[in-house]
Amino acid sequence: METNKYLQEEIVRISGVNPRKCMRCGKCSATCPAYDEMEYHPHQFVNMVENGDIEPLLNSKSLYKCLSCFACIDRCPRSVQPAKLVEAVRLAVIRQQGANHMTANDVPAMIDEDTPQQLLVSAFRKYTK
Amino acid sequence: MQRIGVFVCWCGSNIAGTVDVKAVAEALKNEPGVVFSTDYQYMCSQAGQDMIKEAVKEHNLTGIVVCSCSPRMHEATFRKTAAAAGLNPYMVEIANIREQCSWVHKDMMTGTEKAVILGKAAVAKVNLNTPLTPGESPVTKRALVIGGGIAGIQTALDIADAGFPVDIVEKKPTIGGKMAQLDKTFPTLDCAACILTPKMVDVAQNENIRIFSYSEVTEVSGFVGNFDVTIKKKARYVKEDVCTGCGACLEKCPMKKVPNEFNLGMDNRSAIYIPFAQAVPKVATIDPNACNMLKNGKCGVCAKVCAAGAIDYTQKDEFIQEKYGAIVVATGFNPISMDKFDEFAYSQSKDVITSLEFERLTNAAGPSAGKLLRPSDGKHPHTIVFVQCVGSRCDACAEKGKEYCSKICCMYTAKHAMLTRDKYPDTEVYVFYIDVRTPGKNFDEFYRRAVEEYGVKYIKGMVGKVTPEGDKLKVQASDLIANKQLHIDADLVVLAAAIEPDQSARPLATMLTASMDTNDFFTEAHPKLRPVESPTAGVFLSGACQGPKDIPETVSQAGAAASKVIGLLAKDKLTGNPCVAGSNELMCNGCSSCANVCPYGAISYEEKEFRMPDRTTKVRRVAVVNPAVCQGCGACTVACPSGAMDLKGFANSQIMAEVDAICK
Repeated sequence: METNKYLQEEIVRISGVNPRKCMRCGKCSATCPAYDEMEYHPHQFVNMVENGDIEPLLNSKSLYKCLSCFACIDRCPRSVQPAKLVEAVRLAVIRQQGANHMTANDVPAMIDEDTPQQLLVSAFRKYTK
Repeated sequence: MQRIGVFVCWCGSNIAGTVDVKAVAEALKNEPGVVFSTDYQYMCSQAGQDMIKEAVKEHNLTGIVVCSCSPRMHEATFRKTAAAAGLNPYMVEIANIREQCSWVHKDMMTGTEKAVILGKAAVAKVNLNTPLTPGESPVTKRALVIGGGIAGIQTALDIADAGFPVDIVEKKPTIGGKMAQLDKTFPTLDCAACILTPKMVDVAQNENIRIFSYSEVTEVSGFVGNFDVTIKKKARYVKEDVCTGCGACLEKCPMKKVPNEFNLGMDNRSAIYIPFAQAVPKVATIDPNACNMLKNGKCGVCAKVCAAGAIDYTQKDEFIQEKYGAIVVATGFNPISMDKFDEFAYSQSKDVITSLEFERLTNAAGPSAGKLLRPSDGKHPHTIVFVQCVGSRCDACAEKGKEYCSKICCMYTAKHAMLTRDKYPDTEVYVFYIDVRTPGKNFDEFYRRAVEEYGVKYIKGMVGKVTPEGDKLKVQASDLIANKQLHIDADLVVLAAAIEPDQSARPLATMLTASMDTNDFFTEAHPKLRPVESPTAGVFLSGACQGPKDIPETVSQAGAAASKVIGLLAKDKLTGNPCVAGSNELMCNGCSSCANVCPYGAISYEEKEFRMPDRTTKVRRVAVVNPAVCQGCGACTVACPSGAMDLKGFANSQIMAEVDAICK
């Protein structure tokens, strides 16, 4: 429980989001294009962070299904910014020792003609400590 | 030298909890002028007031200091006590040791120390107090109601009923306001026009009421009981007293493609128009932006067909001056613009409409004669999605929307959904809600009926986006209970747009020096105890200009405002505030600094003859304050470079004495 409290505060701090502002309207999830891919949907993300229910989020593939399109941020009437929370949880994961989601060895397999270089660089930056 | 009595109140534990009241009374005993000092649990109680009266008699007091709550709370009480004891009421000073001391301090030592200092300042001031006598001003027995919606109509009728003349100023060509545009009214579902139009006729026929339609208030000066108001009667190019409202001109007018604002632009009207059949006054108005005759002198058909000869293309705006004793603001509301809510495709599809547009679509006098048809193709919609809270309850940092709940949307949406299912049972009706808020008599029962009897599908969640595709509207939304994302193919989407105060409210508030909140709603004098009065004396509030309200609430507030107005107009004279500015003519050099800063226009100048030391006379320009207009704000005393201006009851010397007492 202690670690969760710490993680919760960390995620709130990193994201700069105040999950208490959420009024549970669900507009974030209504607008999310990756909704069906996600195990935990944007509104649940906000709720789980607010409740300190962080562990399941750290291990959820939802983290990487978020497209970072920021539609939820744009549409949220309460300025909660769910995508920033998702980003913060992702950061929390990769900041844990040895929890890199991607290593340099993974990169060659990903290269093909259609993939822009920039995508790989930004993905490498995003998923690696 | 004054003989001052000091009375320290405990206010139960409110003050005594953090201030050693006995020590305060003891410390103030030694102040100059103080001959008596005591403390008591509740100074404002009858026993406390009697104690003050006794002390005045026994110790021959000439001044009183009460160390208690804010003067806003009980200054008037203690002034009355003083008057009852034979003292001039303006010989009383309050040291606020509750709001400004005990409530903000936690430590007894600090609290007590500050209370003593505040008490000393009050004593220092009373030492310089002089008895003041308030002046009297007459009351003009006529009221002005600004806005002719249901709020203004009800207020005007109630004031007129009491026998006072009332003028209604309405900026549109007819009174009736938003209620005239509605179809049915919740929770009883009676038709809006059926209950409103008789009231409009009552207004027109009431001998005490004058209607200035198509008019605006352009200037307000004066003060409670004596307002001078300028009303601009906009040129309607039709003689109001000659027009019979027959409508021949409307039929013959060749310019028929003007968007009809009464139907929210969903159909067209002619350039000369009467907003709706039951308009009051039922007089035509020419839209100068659409009329060819007014724009380029080519047409004149309406003048030719008018049997009464009412058309006058040369009519000019007319300015009317009138005096009023009281002013009621009833400027109402508007739905907010949907421009910033692109996600709902309001600007992309004609079939995404606001709730007020839906009212017109279902109204028998509306563009589709009451048949619920899609604006785009005139087909009957089979799936309708209602979206609640569009622009309401938004975060202050959000770029769009309002922070407050618009209050009326839950109920009118339930009404729309219910009526749709009742009339067209083959229609699927979805309502997306965040919370359903239905406090009000028979309100929740009404909403439950929509769900249980009429089968309206209420879904907890919000619509994320609407995409027009072919003749369908693809609605993507959350169902939070089922934890699902829904995709609905809708034929019609209805947005419950937030409401905001009318645009005319802010400039009007400036004219009236009435205060507003950050949302441009008028502020009431007290949120609970004086809900229909503005803090500005003589200005009253009726209806949605003060905050979102439904019709029942508006009507009760309108009646309440009227009763306050009647109470004011029933008086023959008003007692003024004696704490007004006055200029020392010997020191005044006529520089006009004071008149330039005076927000009330209370200062004028006169040429006056003065005798010089060498026995010659000299004519000088000096400031003169009209005590009836002066509100005692003190701006002039600060602006005066020669120290000639002073405020009675708050003289510069008194304020300096207070500062000295604090700093000693």
